Amino acid sequence: MTFAIPKTAYTGKIKEVVLGRGPKAITVGGETSYPFHLFEGEMPHTPRIAIEVYDTPPDDWAEASLEPYRDVVGDPVAWAKKAAGVYGADMIALQLVSTDPNGLNTPSDQATETAKKVAAAVDIPVIVNGSGSPEKDAELLRKVAEACDGMNLVVGPVVVENYKQIGAGAIAYKHTLAANSPIDINLAKQLNILLGNLGVPDGQIVVDPTTGGLGYGIEYTYSVMERDRMAALTQQDERLQFPIICDLGKEIWKTKEAKAEDSPLMGNAAKRGVLMEAVTAQLLLLAGADVLIMRHPEAIRLVREMIADLMA
Amino acid sequence: MALTGIQIFKLLPKTNCGECGVPTCLAFAMNLAAAKAELASCPYISAESKAQLSEASAPPIRPVAIGTGDNVVKIGGETVLFRHEKTFVNKPGLAVMISDAMTDDEVNGRIKRFKELRYDWIGLVLRPEMIAVKNESGDAGRYETLVKKVMDETDAALILMSDSAEALKAALQVSAQRVPLIYAAAEGNAEAMAGLAKEYKCPLAAKADNMDSLAALTDKISAAGVKDIVLDSGARTVRRVFEDQVFVRRAALVQKNRSLGFPTIAFPCEMTKDPMKETLIAATLIAKYAGIIVLSDFQGESLFPLLVSRLNIYTDPQRPMMMQQGIYPVGNPTEDSPVLITTNFALTYFIVSGEIEASRVPSWLLVMDTEGLSVLTAWAAGKFVGDAIGQFVKKSGITEKVKHRKIVIPGFVAAVSGDLEEELGSEWEVKIGPREAAHLAPFLKQGL
Repeated sequence: MTFAIPKTAYTGKIKEVVLGRGPKAITVGGETSYPFHLFEGEMPHTPRIAIEVYDTPPDDWAEASLEPYRDVVGDPVAWAKKAAGVYGADMIALQLVSTDPNGLNTPSDQATETAKKVAAAVDIPVIVNGSGSPEKDAELLRKVAEACDGMNLVVGPVVVENYKQIGAGAIAYKHTLAANSPIDINLAKQLNILLGNLGVPDGQIVVDPTTGGLGYGIEYTYSVMERDRMAALTQQDERLQFPIICDLGKEIWKTKEAKAEDSPLMGNAAKRGVLMEAVTAQLLLLAGADVLIMRHPEAIRLVREMIADLMA
Repeated sequence: MALTGIQIFKLLPKTNCGECGVPTCLAFAMNLAAAKAELASCPYISAESKAQLSEASAPPIRPVAIGTGDNVVKIGGETVLFRHEKTFVNKPGLAVMISDAMTDDEVNGRIKRFKELRYDWIGLVLRPEMIAVKNESGDAGRYETLVKKVMDETDAALILMSDSAEALKAALQVSAQRVPLIYAAAEGNAEAMAGLAKEYKCPLAAKADNMDSLAALTDKISAAGVKDIVLDSGARTVRRVFEDQVFVRRAALVQKNRSLGFPTIAFPCEMTKDPMKETLIAATLIAKYAGIIVLSDFQGESLFPLLVSRLNIYTDPQRPMMMQQGIYPVGNPTEDSPVLITTNFALTYFIVSGEIEASRVPSWLLVMDTEGLSVLTAWAAGKFVGDAIGQFVKKSGITEKVKHRKIVIPGFVAAVSGDLEEELGSEWEVKIGPREAAHLAPFLKQGL
């Protein structure tokens, strides 16, 4: 008897979304099968990795994750250039954390200037993330959209509380939205419908399902992503057929396990942090991630090797 | 192939005696078909029917047990392709490779780390279970000595790896009572290996180069009377090993292919020389279907992320991870330290206690049993409301730990503060904390 590969009958396809502009623009999505199931479908665009850049020097980072960026942490432009030039980032993810009203509360205008400078300094696509405060982000990301007119940034997190304001900016100034929902497939779909009703073109939406780190809820993100892909590819759920973006670096490196020092039980601190980040990224890739926002260059190198091997 | 209720009904006694718990044989047959009943509940079924039905009702992926006692490793028995469809049930065994061609230091280091690398994690102990002992020296006596040493010094479930039936026989004589996995039967030695597996009543790995020859090989081994089989498709590149895991799982579950209805074994240790990359290959195999994963070594920095990955992927999505109700000290709290309360959803506890720890303000965290619901869900379900919280706080014993009478509730349930104050009485003051755990640090640092 000859073994016949048991194949899945797919009926859907993930939409292709272009990020950035010019010769270094990136296309993500386009899958016609589950992740890396290349024996029964296509993944025309390799998953991409964005490196984090912060608008304010971090004060509580693990030594291992700080070390590669120590000379640039005070300067987001230099940081972005290093991430692109030295560490070969596919994209930059500018984290405007200092705008958090519960933290430094940097004014939106000032943060917008930072975003503009960073976006102008690199030729690769740029993701601009607000602090996660829906009110502040509504104001901030609208201003960023206007200041970076036509650059096709990815702006997020766009949530149900502020999608109208940010969505209007994305339509007017041609940017892509990272539609963020709290680890729930129905809420993810609902937000995609709302964005469509608002008039955001499908080619300007990516889904951010909210990322739980290893040991801190990754199984929820993992299964929501698998369900998302199942609905999109086998149940023709058109409002879930978007590329997925996972913001994981910050989730890993804030844990006490990633920050703990060398010990016989927990091993080498630097390697442990790198592996926690890379393992999380690997699991998210298997669940369907198209864009990963990561921190440590060594974790990124490992994940890239795995992507290449899985697609070899 | 699974039988329908009607096909099963034809094999039952049709006496409608009711002793199985349902009134008719037809109803029992329907329950059997839906896997809602056990065949053993019928006291009158004929031996012949029983054999036929056991065969037909056997799980699509055979459960296989390796090892004995508390550290028995059960693999296989999976029923779904995606964990959200039900749950994954039997976590893959993690094994470290020890060879009789290694130096004493290399062997002893691995044994030491196998025994010592254990992690406390939400009330569980995460640990590796298996040691693969490989015969590379070509010396059966040397191999037997190493197997004996691993037996004596650890509780590991063993994988005995050798091309030589003679070396395996010697090793089995000292280790069969531990029920090791014999690795491996291949095309040339299937009879000899199956003979050993039968003689010593041990599971047997089958190794081939592709799916066709693998299925043919398991048929041959099964026909020789060995039931407990573990599959190695022979793939040693990332893409092929990943695809083969998917093929085997789908063949068993979707095609009901009995020849491939067994758990698998995979060898990241033979796929790369980079221990970091080996860890990522292992993580891939945890998510996608391996039954046993053999690593070149165990080190804290790589084993810890793998054990947590395994726990996370194999957590039952239908049942939230829960904490024991009680008082959890974070840092080294004193009688003046703040008291906070949250629910017993493990993730909620983890995030809240992590943020308190990060704030460096030692605190008492009260964790209330809300059946594993998060704060908002528990509140919506009426389980995390003023009177319930108040009763729990009064019974918790926290008043013996602190002098003050202030309690911080999550910002999302600010609405319950009035009811809670009423339940607790006037000596208590209810403070409303931030909505997000991430904002606990500034909240605690400013003092209560």
